[in-house]
Order: sequence, then structure tokens, then C-alpha cells
Amino acid sequence: MKHQIRRSLKPFLFELVVYAVLVAAYYGFVLHFLGNSLQHVYQHDRRLYAALALGLIVGQGFLLEVLTRLLLAFMMPRMEER
Amino acid sequence: MTFPIAGVNIAPTYLIAVGFAVGVLGGFFGVGGSFLAGPALFAVGVPMNFVVGTDLAHIVGKSIVAARKHRTLGNIDIKLGAIMVVGTIGGVECGAQFIQWLKHTARVDWVVGPTFIVVLLGIAGFMTWESVSTLRKQRREHTRDLADGEHPSRGDHSALAFISRAVHRISLPPYVSLPVSGIASISVWAILVVAFVGGFFSGFLGGGAGYIRMPCFIYLLGIPTHIAVGTDLFEIVISASYGTVTHALKGNVDILIALVMHTGAAIGAQLGATLTQYFVGLRIRMAFIPLPLIGAGLMLHSLLTGHPAK
Repeated sequence: MKHQIRRSLKPFLFELVVYAVLVAAYYGFVLHFLGNSLQHVYQHDRRLYAALALGLIVGQGFLLEVLTRLLLAFMMPRMEER
Repeated sequence: MTFPIAGVNIAPTYLIAVGFAVGVLGGFFGVGGSFLAGPALFAVGVPMNFVVGTDLAHIVGKSIVAARKHRTLGNIDIKLGAIMVVGTIGGVECGAQFIQWLKHTARVDWVVGPTFIVVLLGIAGFMTWESVSTLRKQRREHTRDLADGEHPSRGDHSALAFISRAVHRISLPPYVSLPVSGIASISVWAILVVAFVGGFFSGFLGGGAGYIRMPCFIYLLGIPTHIAVGTDLFEIVISASYGTVTHALKGNVDILIALVMHTGAAIGAQLGATLTQYFVGLRIRMAFIPLPLIGAGLMLHSLLTGHPAK
């Protein structure tokens, strides 16, 4: 079991490093621009804000799931080759 | 980093770390992690009504990731989840309306906080007692099996299985069979009551209320632990999505905080869901026990140190 966990954790740690770089870029480009416009929508149109809130978090959920899966698929074969 | 909607200043690394921790817990235990995320947000100055709404929003994104992972592992009873949606949505709306009423009375912190603590302590106490009872029962059976020359079983046992058997015998039609969970027949009303209670706590205390629904699944409905984890996550996606919309309409969601937390949670959820393959049901339940206690401790600390309620 320990060997299996070690095998799962190794590519995961590599994935974590790549992921951290991508997330840092994400903050810089997306959240910086989103902040003010979302606050404006929050203050003036609560229905649109509710729809945007759900859409953004669901969208990010799927986006990050695809990203982590692709990273894992990309790194697994390379880890097993070693 | 300033989050203008909730009007607070929080380091993104703190939010990512909290997100990662609750992501691992979510993937592994099938809970939203609000018992940790809620007190963690409150501790850095997020007002309680924003804690409840924002936590629900971040849980939507995280649970989608973990639920998809559990679906591929065959851990979701879709039929059970679909029936529960009705009770869950009704419960979430009642809980959210209750928060709204408390917001007007300006006592939201001092009602939600202590309720949170009582619920968490109750769950931890109950699960400790159940796990110890199950462990003792397993040891007795193990000794007896060895004496009889049989190979001891390593299944998903609970010392409280008699409770779920009694629930299965409730004669209140209509009934439904849940083959994925190994249940031949159960009253739909029993499922709806569990769903409503879970939904109410989700709308009232925030998060997906997995800390209520998970024990209910296992001890009241008799769902195997691995299926309970997966189905609970499926249910959390539904209840948290509805909760996000209803709380956002009431002005209780800072979606920017939720988006930052979720980036940590997404990667943690993958790790947690993968780890479930290596542990049996009782071990998962026993590892769960300290978590509500940590959440209760964090909340108690925030309340006693007089954290400013904005």
C-alpha cells in the first residue's frame, strides 16, 4: 500500500509545482481585472451577480479539473518511464 | 489582497492553503469542509453572513472536481442523489431564510457560531463512540473467527447497523430500492427527511453540510461508507449551487474570495479522492473524528477573542 501511495504522490507533487505557476499567472491576469467590475455588478444588479457567481465558480471548477487531469496524464507516463 | 465586495484584506496564500486543506478533506471524506473553512474565514475578519455564502460558492467548484473523480471510481448512487435533491433544496432555502432573518436582528454571529460548535462537538462525540463500539465488535468477531478456524472479514461494518435496519423497516410508502448502495427497499420519506436536514444546515451554517449528511447516510440510511462519500459530494454540488445563488441574491457572497480558495481546493480534492482507494470504511470514519473538533476550536477561539463582527 505504501508503494502505491508513493507512486500516486510522486506525479502529484510535480503536478503541484506546475499548477502553482499557472495559478499565480491566473491571479495576475484574471482576478486583477475581475475585481472592480464584479463589485460594480454586485452593487447594481444582484441577479446578474448571482448568475455570474455561479457561472464563474462552475467554469473555474471544470477548467481546473481539466487542467489537473491533463497535467496528471502528461506527467504519469514520464514518471513511470523512470 | 483587498476583496472589495466583503471589504476585507486577506493574503491569497492563506486562502489557497485553506482551500487546499478543505479540498483534501472533501475528496477523502466527502464533506464540503465548511467546519474548517467557515472558522478559517471568520478568523481573518470575513463577516459571518459572507462566511456562509462565500463558503458555499467555493464548495461548488471544488465538489464538481471531487464528484467527477468519485463517479469514475463508481462511488456515486445517482438514484439516491436524485431523490435527495428535492429535500435538499427545500432545506437550503429554509436555512438561508433563517440567516436572512438573523441578519436583520443583528445576532447572526452569536447564533450561527455557538450552533456550529454544538453541532460539531455532537458529531465528533457520536462518531468516536460509534467507531470505538465498531472496533470492539470487530475484535470480538475476529477472535471468534480465529477460534472457529475461519478467515476474519475486512468489510465495511458498523456497530450501529441496527439503526439503519430499523429505518429500512419504516412502513411509509412510497418505497424505493437502491441497488448501488445494496438496499432492497427504503421509504422515500426517510431519504427526504435526511436530505431536508442536511439542506437546512447547509443554508444555515454554510458549506455542503456533509458533516451532517455523511453520518446520516451511514448510520440512518445504511449506505456503505465509500458510496456515502461519493453520493454526499454529488448532493453537495446541488445544495451548494442552490445556496450560492440564493445567498448571492441576498448579498452574502464574495465570489473573488471563493475563486481564490477554489484554486487550492481543486488540487487538494484530487489528492483526497485518490487516497480513499487505500483505506477501509472504519479507518475513514475514525480519521474524520478530529476534524469537527478542530473546526469547533477555531470557531470558539474567534468568538471568545471578540473578533469584530462587521
